[in-house]
Amino acid sequence: MEVLIAIIIVLMIAGSIYTLHSRDLLSAVISYGITGFGLVICFLLLQAPDLAIAQILVEIITLIIMISVIRISTREDVTERSTIHIKGVRYINMRTAAYIVTGAVFMIALLYFFMDATVLLDPFGVHQVRMSAAYMEVGAAITGSANLVAGVLFDFRAYDTLGEATILITAVIGILTVLRLKGRR
Amino acid sequence: MMTRGMTNIVKTTTRLICGVIFIFGIYLVSHGHLTPGGGFAGGTVMAGAFILLVLAFGDDVKHLRKTEEGSSTLENLAILLFLLMGVAGMLFGANVFFKNFLEAGTMGELFSAGVIPFLNILIGIEVAAALFTVFLAFVIFKEEEK
Repeated sequence: MEVLIAIIIVLMIAGSIYTLHSRDLLSAVISYGITGFGLVICFLLLQAPDLAIAQILVEIITLIIMISVIRISTREDVTERSTIHIKGVRYINMRTAAYIVTGAVFMIALLYFFMDATVLLDPFGVHQVRMSAAYMEVGAAITGSANLVAGVLFDFRAYDTLGEATILITAVIGILTVLRLKGRR
Repeated sequence: MMTRGMTNIVKTTTRLICGVIFIFGIYLVSHGHLTPGGGFAGGTVMAGAFILLVLAFGDDVKHLRKTEEGSSTLENLAILLFLLMGVAGMLFGANVFFKNFLEAGTMGELFSAGVIPFLNILIGIEVAAALFTVFLAFVIFKEEEK
């Protein structure tokens, strides 16, 4: 499994490097999606389907938002023909062919890893109580909290709670930044 | 003279229930480890009390901006302290981030469950200040547009 995750991480790094260096904003956004969907497969391989669901939703929504933003903002189009005519002879543009091959390879690789990852999961509708059973048995005794929800939220999963608080603060910073643009003008 | 805020009915009702709402929020946060509720729910209720005040009575932009600065600072301080609590668990406990390093105490008492009540209070402050800051930002944006 470590080998699979390492391969996926290499693909993710390649996708993000292309994002940095691509000329076209739209292809940058699409190749950025490789990182997110690679992470989904990593979560599935590590047996965390709930995280995978959240990640795939966030990834699709951000992709749609970014593409719509690019559509209505200044998109720098790279006009490149797939075939070139020189002295009446048609040549295939090698860069376009390379793009198509790379896209197909990435799609097939991600699909293969996705199929591979879903094999490990429990069947649909079967519940797992590996973690929950331990929490329910000793949670109240260890944390000393009568409210088990608070015990899980602030003791076992306090790191998660820090992430939630960080999301909140990031949202506030974003809203303040967007709304202040008017005042600066 | 232009009257600020809403009608007298709304103002009187707000005067009556605003404190109750705020105290209910404090109760939810401080008893988060005992009863249903906690930092996130209680913080939202506390922010609701402040939002009700601003909606009912209104305020001028200058004062609102000062309030927004204060709540924004409070929010940042709260999350910084939350992070420091996690680091403190690393220093005093067994090298675990967010270790519950205080004594658990008797279950069911107000001062029990180690660091959980403190983390609850910090999250409550953070959520309340964050929601209030967002609300104020929108109000200021709207007022400036006039």
